[in-house]
Amino acid sequence: MSNPDILRENTADPYAGERLKLSHFHERQAALNLRDAWSSWNGFKFADYYYDVDYEYFCIRNTCGTYDICPMQKYLIEGPDALAMLDRMVTRNLNKLRINRVTYVAWCNDSGRMIDDGTIFRLGEAKFLLTCGSPCLAWLRKSALGFSQVSILEHTEELAALSLQGPTSFAVLKSMGLEAAGSLKPFDIGHYPFAAGEVMISRTGFTGDLGYELWVEPNLALALWDHLYDAGANYGIQPYGEAATNMARLEAGFIMPYMEFNEALKTVNFQYDQTPLELDLGWLVDFKKPHFNGRRALLEQHKTGPKTLLTKLNIEGNKPAEEALLYSDRNCENEIGYVTSAMWSPAVKANIALAMIDVEALSGEIWTEIYYQKELRHHRKVARCTVQTKPFWGPERARATPPEMT
Amino acid sequence: MSSTDTIIIGGGHNGLICATLLAKAGQKVMLVEAGESLGGLARPREFHPGFKASVAQTLYALPKSVINALDLGQHGFIPSNETLTTTALSLNEPPVTLAGSTIAGACEADTAAFTGYKQQLAVFSRALAPFWSKTMPRIGATGLQDLMTFGHLGLNIRKLGKADMLEFFRVATLPMRDLVDEHFTGESLKAALCWDGVLGSQLAPRSPNQGVLTLLNRMAGHWEGEHYAPVGGMTAFIDALASAATAAGVTLRTGTSVTQITITGSEQGQRCSGVKLDNDEIVTSERVISSADPKTTFLKLVGPRHLEIEFSNRIRRLRSKGYVAKLHLALSDLPKFTGLETPSGRLILAPSMDTIEFAWDAAKYGELPELPVMEVSLPTLTTPGDAPTGQHILSANVMYIPGELKEGWTDTVRKKLTAQLIAQLDGYAPGIKALVLDSELLTPDDLQQQFGVWGGHWHHIEPAIDQLLMMRPTYEAAQYATPIDGLYLCGAGSHPAGDISGNPGRNAAREILS
Repeated sequence: MSNPDILRENTADPYAGERLKLSHFHERQAALNLRDAWSSWNGFKFADYYYDVDYEYFCIRNTCGTYDICPMQKYLIEGPDALAMLDRMVTRNLNKLRINRVTYVAWCNDSGRMIDDGTIFRLGEAKFLLTCGSPCLAWLRKSALGFSQVSILEHTEELAALSLQGPTSFAVLKSMGLEAAGSLKPFDIGHYPFAAGEVMISRTGFTGDLGYELWVEPNLALALWDHLYDAGANYGIQPYGEAATNMARLEAGFIMPYMEFNEALKTVNFQYDQTPLELDLGWLVDFKKPHFNGRRALLEQHKTGPKTLLTKLNIEGNKPAEEALLYSDRNCENEIGYVTSAMWSPAVKANIALAMIDVEALSGEIWTEIYYQKELRHHRKVARCTVQTKPFWGPERARATPPEMT
Repeated sequence: MSSTDTIIIGGGHNGLICATLLAKAGQKVMLVEAGESLGGLARPREFHPGFKASVAQTLYALPKSVINALDLGQHGFIPSNETLTTTALSLNEPPVTLAGSTIAGACEADTAAFTGYKQQLAVFSRALAPFWSKTMPRIGATGLQDLMTFGHLGLNIRKLGKADMLEFFRVATLPMRDLVDEHFTGESLKAALCWDGVLGSQLAPRSPNQGVLTLLNRMAGHWEGEHYAPVGGMTAFIDALASAATAAGVTLRTGTSVTQITITGSEQGQRCSGVKLDNDEIVTSERVISSADPKTTFLKLVGPRHLEIEFSNRIRRLRSKGYVAKLHLALSDLPKFTGLETPSGRLILAPSMDTIEFAWDAAKYGELPELPVMEVSLPTLTTPGDAPTGQHILSANVMYIPGELKEGWTDTVRKKLTAQLIAQLDGYAPGIKALVLDSELLTPDDLQQQFGVWGGHWHHIEPAIDQLLMMRPTYEAAQYATPIDGLYLCGAGSHPAGDISGNPGRNAAREILS
């Protein structure tokens, strides 16, 4: 048995348990991943990009693209206690969430530090789908202590989900026979016949533009893909990966774990995590609710106001202020914060950033010290920043119902 | 719907003490007790016609300050200065009897070592003593009061002098076995000396980090850990507590259980608004103080949905399994124990430290020990009125008996265990079997059913370093106040833990009044 080929044929993969899992759309996505630019997300093989980051970004903004959300964590939470259990867990009032509606939520530990954000889909009177970036089954189980009539089901691999984003996204749906989805308002959910089954469409996304998320049983995944790409051929449809998503979400002002916030349950250093108030998500925190996890701690912070605040910045020049520090003076002597995400935004034509800044310093001058490289030579630039309150990117079409046909 | 200032849940000694102190301070207090009579685990109940016994039947830890604060003397409580002896019994060695710092029946070397050993422990115990009557500082708190509490302890330990201080740090977290092995040779003596370090807990002689501290805690106070039977027995003690409560104006409602601590929610948040009783009656109050164990209080009566997620899961994980069963025998006559003139005081039936350890080994895995170990006493020697004239009660704390028995608790298992224990006793007191008129075995499971204490744990939750001091029952509820406004704790699950000391009840009252 000295021939390694024989060994290989007869031996099971010794790394089988270590291999990345493949998404329900993998077969199609792999064929289009011309650069083999794979990274991973929650144990799934996941494209960083497929062909070219900028190209994919421009598809999101000018035509449409698909983003694989199979690795996103999904949990079915059902039963007479489901609403009460989730409502106690998240900072928002879920009693206001109607059936076939989606809401964006955050949840915190007892100290009001944010564990994660995500979306909750109300699929029935007592049936909810929670989606989030990182696994949170353990937290859900802890949250369910004392709620006897609730079942929590890990559902990540039981659904094939694809995000379809961009101005032509509805046109693609229409041309594949899903014109009825045109009546969906932002955060609406619709169910439509598809192939031998059904597709659930939610008007949700992570790009700040017109877009939908499509949900099918795994056995319909490839059929969904093929229908989309047949219908989208003339509408510039293109798969996009993590890199382009990160650009689009920053323009929309959406936060990313491990960019804007450190998940509280995984934070070691004291208060290196954040509260929703610090992340400018105060609108998600409903103090009128008598109780939700972290309420007491958040109320304390609310009374005095957070000391630091996630802020949108417009920065002079065109050099992205990635990982830059912020100062209240041009000489960069008095540090007042740090940039969490930054980019030159082609759509907005501005040098934009999200930054965590001392609230006291917000009324004064804000400067940043940018390091950049030009053909191996390092340069430093001090640039003036101005605070922006509205999202960098938020076109009217993102909200128009029925959506315009582009 | 009725209304009062304060509702106390549970009429054990801590609930009664807390209620009385608050009523004396002018609050309108109602105490609700599920049992038909007051006293909790110290409540004497008739287990055979004419025979009365309680789970806890002696006192040693009730501070004089509590006795005085409640004027218990005015209500008929007479603590005895005549403390009970502790006797190590063995089938292989002659009995060794301990009384304070004196010893009789031991070998020469052990006799010589004993006084010094006791005195050293007494010095350590006195240094720690002030801690038991104080509210623990909050973790991370930097207030003057909090710093002074730590400072006081530090000073007390420093005042021991360098040699004693170093020795204190060395022995404080030793396993009981290591400590007594250093000083003694007699097997049954060593087992008996381990007893008060491990009794009522999930500890055995080899368990590190807690046994010696438990012993030092028990040795604190006026009686220095020596047990006594109050005049008139536990009945007189509980009656005095009830009388003091009534005199202070406390409304006592027995035979009524609280089914829910009601929480009212508004835009201002949540607060405790009263209780719901088993007859669906709602009683509103400004505050509710629970002497029930923390798991019952938070998980059953409040409900985790009103609590924070991490907090409620910390409560869920508290270790609260009791391992002491109580055996009561109604005897037609006084039994004769080999080698003893009178079976007075506490008799420790543990031939060696290994016997104790092996008994614990079995119980950890949900099994009954092959040879249980026992602390036996005959309360009728000091309180003859608890049994018909000339007849006696034998009362035994039996370790380690798991509440969650692998094979399950059935009548057959109970009867078999009772017969085994009586047979074991017959070895020490030949002929006792023939004197048994009736018996009662209370397993930890029975204690849970009959007294409503989670896991049947004497101390509500295990008194171990991670569940003591500012961690008892857990941080954010360790200063008697809880995360729910208007809800407080005052039971053995709060600092400084169990046995009949009344400290949690007194400390809670002081904290609420401050």
